[in-house]
Amino acid sequence: MDSDEDNLNFQLHLAQQLVGYLEAGLVDDAATVIRQLRVPYERELFEELGKLTRDLHETLNSFRGDSRLAELTQDDIPDAKERLNYVVTMTEQATHRTLNALDEAMPIAESLQARAHGLTGTWQRFRQRELTVSEFRNMATEMDTFFIASSEETERLRTLMSEVMMAQDFQDLTGQIIRRVIRLVHEVEENLVGLIRLSSARMDSSKGVAKATGKTPHEELPTSHGPIVPNTHDATGDVVSGQDDVDALLSSLGF
Amino acid sequence: MKILIVDDFSTMRRIIKNLLRELGFNNTMEADDGSTALPMLKNGGFDFLVTDWNMPNMEGIDLLRAVRADPALKNLPVLMVTAEAKRDQIVEAAQAGVNGYIVKPFTAETLKEKIDKIFERIDG
Repeated sequence: MDSDEDNLNFQLHLAQQLVGYLEAGLVDDAATVIRQLRVPYERELFEELGKLTRDLHETLNSFRGDSRLAELTQDDIPDAKERLNYVVTMTEQATHRTLNALDEAMPIAESLQARAHGLTGTWQRFRQRELTVSEFRNMATEMDTFFIASSEETERLRTLMSEVMMAQDFQDLTGQIIRRVIRLVHEVEENLVGLIRLSSARMDSSKGVAKATGKTPHEELPTSHGPIVPNTHDATGDVVSGQDDVDALLSSLGF
Repeated sequence: MKILIVDDFSTMRRIIKNLLRELGFNNTMEADDGSTALPMLKNGGFDFLVTDWNMPNMEGIDLLRAVRADPALKNLPVLMVTAEAKRDQIVEAAQAGVNGYIVKPFTAETLKEKIDKIFERIDG
């Protein structure tokens, strides 16, 4: 009480001094008095700022304690980058596989078309009785060759088209990997929103401190993982390396 | 023979459908997850089920269990075609009564071989 009254008297004294200095035009002296007047308020501001900083620090610590964020940043996000890189590699491979098949198929189709076109011309001249005997013999030989070759070459085209079809399996495999990364991004987002909500609750002391759970509400966890991506945590698990491995495992189970 | 193909990716369903057609199986139908597939199977008429594992709503492993738990479907041959490659999962599928297990990516030859093997065993 006394100290409050002392403060008040001291401030009143400073204020009167300030008016005096200003009236006398003593700008420097007035500035000194203004600084003196400000001191108690600044102290309060710094104390408040200090308290806020401590609160924020504690919030972050408590959040880190039981949240997924640390795990996400340390493991899952580097993993996700590796997954997306793998998607780039897989799509590149699938595209090359498709284009390689097309590179081989196009000349076959073009050559079949050209030879069929040539034979059609000769055949029409034959129908119009314009061929000499030796020309007819040549045509017959050409047709023999063409029939054998076209059967082989169309079979090759069929194989190449199958190859193109099988190359499209990347869409399923990369799709599963991308969906997994999307789930991760969603989880990071939820954790960050949780962090912001938690911090604002702590800052607003009148509303009290929200309990830090730091957990995202999990849906029922799927039993599936999607394709194994090299250089991620997938590859460190006990996984098969291919169909032969699957067959060996199943046969060991009596399949 | 009527075959149901279950996969959430339409591209993979098309690939399997095409491969089955090349093998001489022309009567196929498609479903995009277990929960769509199960009512179709219960309506009857299917002789063979080809299913993925990783699917929304109802996964392939749960579809397999539901099939084995249904008296009318329990003997339906089931081939799993999936990217799931953990040993535990393959054991789990075997224990749930799968007839064949193919890991993606797979080849046309692998599909043919597994289908032949399944029907050899059933016929034999």
